[in-house]
Amino acid sequence: MIAIIDYGVGNLFSLKSSFAAIGIEAVVTNDKDVIEKADKIILPGVGAFEDAIKKLKDSGMADVVISEAKKGKPMMGICLGMQLLFDKSYEYGEFEGLGLIKGEIRPISDVIDKNLKIPHIGWNALSFKGEKSPIFKYLKEGDHVYFVHSFYGANCDESTIATTEYSAELTAAVAKDNVYGCQFHPEKSGDVGLSILKAFCEL
Amino acid sequence: MITKRIIPCLDVRDGRVVKGVNFEGLSDVSSPVELADFYSKCGADELVFYDITASAEGRALFTDILTETAKRVFIPLTVGGGINTVADFDRVLKCGADKVSVNSGAIRNPDLIYEAAKKYGDQCVVISADVKRVDGVFRVFAKGGRENTGMEAIEWIKRCVGNGAGEVVLNSIDTDGVKGGFDLEMLDAVCEAVNVPVIASGGAGCIDDFTKLFKTLPKVDAGLAASIFHFGEVSISDLKKELKNQGIPVRI
Repeated sequence: MIAIIDYGVGNLFSLKSSFAAIGIEAVVTNDKDVIEKADKIILPGVGAFEDAIKKLKDSGMADVVISEAKKGKPMMGICLGMQLLFDKSYEYGEFEGLGLIKGEIRPISDVIDKNLKIPHIGWNALSFKGEKSPIFKYLKEGDHVYFVHSFYGANCDESTIATTEYSAELTAAVAKDNVYGCQFHPEKSGDVGLSILKAFCEL
Repeated sequence: MITKRIIPCLDVRDGRVVKGVNFEGLSDVSSPVELADFYSKCGADELVFYDITASAEGRALFTDILTETAKRVFIPLTVGGGINTVADFDRVLKCGADKVSVNSGAIRNPDLIYEAAKKYGDQCVVISADVKRVDGVFRVFAKGGRENTGMEAIEWIKRCVGNGAGEVVLNSIDTDGVKGGFDLEMLDAVCEAVNVPVIASGGAGCIDDFTKLFKTLPKVDAGLAASIFHFGEVSISDLKKELKNQGIPVRI
């Protein structure tokens, strides 16, 4: 069973449905016992970093996520959920993250061409880095996934497992041991996205 | 490289797709859920559901349809029609919509875009503008293109983006239904004015119209059409293959 962490941000309907579509039971929960019993954890997130990390900490979910990660349970942060895994974020200020992935979150405007649109929104191709991650086992180089973001993971080369090109190379996915993160939305990336979730469930 | 998006639009009234369709292998041609699934499998990059229902009962049917679609179709889903308040945003987002497009609702209440963007983020709010030339000036029309608001269109769109709209759907009334190609002049004017994604709507009649759109105006992010897809005049998979052959980045 997959626990999708509910800490009061975002719409989790599509995420829950995407697991149902691949035949995996997923519950949306903020119950510590349920999360501890779950096989795997999904950390979702949309909106602003400051608000999300505050809600995650205030709800007690931050401690649960960190302790489960340390126990070795596979987990995946999605979109802002990925960014929360990092050491810190510079989204409208400077904020501490969960510190599970080394690096920080910075505006894409720092690195992309000035005439490109922000947010980076739409379908873009994945380029794998290093040894192919097990969550990409059903994918091929260049498969497209759906992105919506204005900030990106920086200085995280050692955990980067995929990038995407938007005039600059942007971090698309990260992994450190049992902790995974996708900047894009697998639950909105058609069959390619579902196959990433399937591979994650098979870890 | 970010790809150009192809977006079919489905008009829904009382829970059914309005325009008749005829596709092989589709058991129920007026079911929005079946059609959405079909388009997704053909390679549509996103779907727009436009609610043209007038009654409260129809609204409830519409949200049921959204829920069913979001359970089966895993590409971005934009909803428009009948969006007048932040509560309307809430209603459709809870059912699995990713983006909400506003048109007359924003004309009646210009604060709507600001309030919704603040609550759900810019990426969630789409301004859909119906624009027509009147004495050589681009004017915004309301009520499904029937009423001239008198507002100059480029200024209106800039104002909406300034208030937090994260995307623009530009529907040219002048080219809509003519099938002679997109309104490149009008689209160019909008692309020059804003720095958010612009979706071209109105006028597509054949594959070449899309090729011409993306080649002439590289700043346009997506092409939207309805009847040419519904009537099978253009198949989405053929369209995307041809765009790729022409060197335009698409997801295949």
